[in-house]
Amino acid sequence: MSSVSASLPRRRRRTSYGDAGALSLGIGMLWLSVIVLLPLAALVDRSLQDGLSAFWSAVSSRQAVAAFRFTFLIALVVTAINAVMGTVIAWVLVRDNFWGKRAVNALIDLPFALPTIVAGLTLLALYGSAIAFTKWAVLLAMLFVTLPFVVRAVQPVLLELDREMEQAAYSLGAAHWTTFRRIVFPNLTPAIVSGAALAFARAVGEFGAVILISGNKPFDTQVSSVYAFQQIESGNATGAAAVSVVLLLLSLAVLIGLRYAERWGTHHDA
Amino acid sequence: MTLRRLSLRTLALAYLGAVLVVPVGFVLYKTFKPGLSEVWHSVTTPDAVHAFWLTLQIAAIAVPLNTVFGVLMALALVRGRVPCRRFVEALIDLPFAVSPVVVGLSLYLLYGRTGWFAGPVADTGVQILFSMPGMVLATIFVTLPFVVREVVPVLRELGDEQEQAAATLGASHWQTFLRITLPSIRWGLLYGVVLSTARALGEFGAVSVVSGHIAGQTDTLTLLVENRFQNFDLAGAYAASTLLALMAVVSLAAMTLVNRREETA
Repeated sequence: MSSVSASLPRRRRRTSYGDAGALSLGIGMLWLSVIVLLPLAALVDRSLQDGLSAFWSAVSSRQAVAAFRFTFLIALVVTAINAVMGTVIAWVLVRDNFWGKRAVNALIDLPFALPTIVAGLTLLALYGSAIAFTKWAVLLAMLFVTLPFVVRAVQPVLLELDREMEQAAYSLGAAHWTTFRRIVFPNLTPAIVSGAALAFARAVGEFGAVILISGNKPFDTQVSSVYAFQQIESGNATGAAAVSVVLLLLSLAVLIGLRYAERWGTHHDA
Repeated sequence: MTLRRLSLRTLALAYLGAVLVVPVGFVLYKTFKPGLSEVWHSVTTPDAVHAFWLTLQIAAIAVPLNTVFGVLMALALVRGRVPCRRFVEALIDLPFAVSPVVVGLSLYLLYGRTGWFAGPVADTGVQILFSMPGMVLATIFVTLPFVVREVVPVLRELGDEQEQAAATLGASHWQTFLRITLPSIRWGLLYGVVLSTARALGEFGAVSVVSGHIAGQTDTLTLLVENRFQNFDLAGAYAASTLLALMAVVSLAAMTLVNRREETA
């Protein structure tokens, strides 16, 4: 997609919707501001209400730090597992043929369609007695909700990948693994990275799938979003806002990083 | 059929089975084990029926609004000149990446008793927090990016030659949109609408923070699941979950259908 637009010559011309484009941008930005930016501004404002030192002490309390560390580490593990498994699944869906492939392909989107609270309850019902309220439960819940990201990012790239390069590698005597590592993998890397980054952001913020199954044990299975929720429930909205601002900044960093990495990627191609 | 291919296939399917299929199948089994009439009874209690309608109403308000926004924003991003376009795109994606708890808390702090809008909100007498308007706002927030994200690539691929031609032939912007642009983006748009709807029906975290959990009043289906679970009504929680899972399956089927139309179109 991006390579197509990059190969077109850039020229200054009249846009097809003229001034209507500016109007729709205005309406769009207004909507975005009222729905998203204004509430987030109120959040940031509230987190700094009692000064920077209060903000700092809220996000550096022992329990908050333990929750951040656990959330961050487990999200990394989840992202790594689903980056590998997502690539394998995408590969099987594109290059393999078997009975029921269409159904499996549709199934991949199930975590997008299924409410997260149902996902959590589902995992609890099946694996409950064995893993409920342990770190494994959190891991499983996050694996479930982030499964589609890498698959859906890699699949279209793999579909469009020119197989002649691979065939050339085989004919020169390269083994399957060498061909994958040297030819296929470099072409898939941008897609894997962007899928993994979204999966990571999602895992860090996950709430619904985790809340029933994690047990929310401080210093053990408590993730940051549930910690923030608990702070709200116990009336400490300012502390919750501080933790939320950290989560917000992390998501924003991932998204902005992705956009600029994308631009670097397209320039690199051209 | 090589051994390598077979083992990769086995690995992929086994992973999907363990993470997706078996758990969801198990909940279905657990739901229907007490018998069909029990299930029917538990999804037709007054609270459950109310939660069902509330969920549908919220989606029915949030999705159309975001559809209009999505088309306008996508047109502006692809056809217009947008300053700091990448930054704006990242902002639009933000509801995808940010935790639902953060969304809920932001609304809580904007419209709540101590929030920025506390005064104006109290003056109008409209209850936003702990009632439907707040839950609608939360749902609009989390479903905001879907339509934009689906329509932008379609518009980009489409190019604007036909639109330019229509304009040259004297078509108004509105005519150009209705006759040229809309028919070309319809499948991408529909896909975005289905995704938004699925997410709106299933949103939990953001709605949970702003709902106030008033049973029979501000409980959506997802909140009802949690409520029943916390009150040790496991069978009831499974039944409500199954209802939500059915809605998810309908969305999945719609997504697959729309996708196929998109490919053949």
